[in-house]
Amino acid sequence: MKPSPFDYTAPSTVGEAVALLADEEREAKVVAGGQSLIPMLNMRLARPELLVDITRIPELGHLYVDEAGNLRIGAAVRQARAAADTAVQDGWPLLAAAIEHIGHPQIRNRGTVCGSLAHHDPAAELPSAALALDARFVITGPRGTRTVTAENFFVATFSTAVEADELLTEVVFPPLPADHGWAFEELTRRHGDFATVGVAVVLERSAGTGTVRAARVVFSGAAPVPVRLSAAEDALVGSDAGEQALAAAAGAALARLTPSDDIHATAEYRREGAAHLLVRACTTAWERC
Amino acid sequence: MTPSVPTPLAARTPPLAEPSAWHEIALTVNGRPVTAQVESRLLLSDFLRDRLGLTGTHVGCEHGVCGACTVLVDDEPVRTCLTLAVQCGGAEIRTVEGLSPGDAPLTSVQRAFHECHGMQCGFCTPGFVMTATALTEQSDRPDKEQVANALSGHLCRCTGYRNIRRAVCQALDERFGE
Ligand SMILES: Cc1cc2nc3c(=O)[nH]c(=O)nc-3n(C[C@H](O)[C@H](O)[C@H](O)COP(=O)(O)OP(=O)(O)OC[C@H]3O[C@@H](n4cnc5c(N)ncnc54)[C@H](O)[C@@H]3O)c2cc1C
Ligand code: FES
Ligand code: FES
Repeated sequence: MKPSPFDYTAPSTVGEAVALLADEEREAKVVAGGQSLIPMLNMRLARPELLVDITRIPELGHLYVDEAGNLRIGAAVRQARAAADTAVQDGWPLLAAAIEHIGHPQIRNRGTVCGSLAHHDPAAELPSAALALDARFVITGPRGTRTVTAENFFVATFSTAVEADELLTEVVFPPLPADHGWAFEELTRRHGDFATVGVAVVLERSAGTGTVRAARVVFSGAAPVPVRLSAAEDALVGSDAGEQALAAAAGAALARLTPSDDIHATAEYRREGAAHLLVRACTTAWERC
Repeated sequence: MTPSVPTPLAARTPPLAEPSAWHEIALTVNGRPVTAQVESRLLLSDFLRDRLGLTGTHVGCEHGVCGACTVLVDDEPVRTCLTLAVQCGGAEIRTVEGLSPGDAPLTSVQRAFHECHGMQCGFCTPGFVMTATALTEQSDRPDKEQVANALSGHLCRCTGYRNIRRAVCQALDERFGE
């Protein structure tokens, strides 16, 4: 099908973009890479009156590491560019790996990092990666600019802290300790599909005791929002990430996760899959520590 | 009885009468400059096919899944069904028609598809060929996984993919040495 009619504009500043979004005369929608929005326009699931293209705003085209060591990715940055960036690959390899799991290269050449986060498909990779990496989200709107933590950013399926008249301008990833290990695992029916269930793991090794000092375990596809599972993290912290600790963490996943059934998989299948992925991911992460 | 003269059927001025905004875009397609008035909602796939007559770019699913509509935008393979023409101002676009224009010899990728029987009905072929072309233009040889990754973005209902992969490998061998 073809989209219903709309107007299109590509402002050159964040201020102009926000003014267009706040204008109550017309129902406006942000378009970034268009890789989620244009299918919805083609199927007429979305019928905005105005598309505000933010990819031509110079102040949103940045990807750099600031003085405090944070990785800052602007809203116009495409997924392919972020995954190919050496600063990202060296400092935030989990993020690069998560991006490589998104669809196909042809999709990642257009889709943006922030667009995937703002869209928030519960099966998407970047929301769980962002929660595992403790990302912060910079949101600008008519009421000013605010920063939201990953815990508070994802609200429900296709819903985030970004209001209709606001723009996610930037996502910020704090630096990781040098001795961290990471893993990103997911279960998909075919390469490039949205995941049935996935897990992002970050482990830190304490130099003295050689045990797990800190752990972050986040599942995707297990609920309407990414799930950080502290019960699994508690089972890992203080351990040597050996068989017993991994079994306890997997047990926590089986006991605590409450995914739902859909045409792709039953809840039970997802839960079992999540527990297996967790063991595999923790093993890989620990090897990388 | 005098034969009745049929009243003319009025043709509506093509889409201009639609209640949507129009924009002028200037871009390059297969090395040639193009300027055109486009409606905001016109997909790049429809612009290429219906407005420029470049029907080599095929449209299958229109939601990004099949890959038939893939062309190179600024040297990168992208879905034309998920790109608006109006977003392409200033872009350099290459379609399958631009690979060996007129009597020019086939490119290594086109020749490899021919020699390895990398197509049957040919519906998916322009998309595969454009993605494969981008692979041969990388500065380093893409590894097996990258090739599989790139090809996974295309569906073919005829060949079973083996000969497509063989064709792409042949073209890569030719470009980078075996
Ligand atoms: C065939 C196919 C396979 C895919 N597979 C996967 C996959 O496996 N995993 C996955 O995660 N994704 C997948 N995707 C989706 C892809 O990752 C999209 O690129 C991404 O979800 C959206 O990013 P975008 O820049 O294209 O956003 P757009 O499509 O432009 O926008 C998506 C939504 O977010 C809003 N938005 C975008 N940017 C902002 C912003 N800065 N501030 C506020 N709102 C904003 C838009 O208004 C819109 O509602 C797939 C897509 C296709 C077509
Ligand atoms: S028509 Fe564009 S991907 Fe199928
Ligand atoms: S050759 Fe027929 S779809 Fe690929």
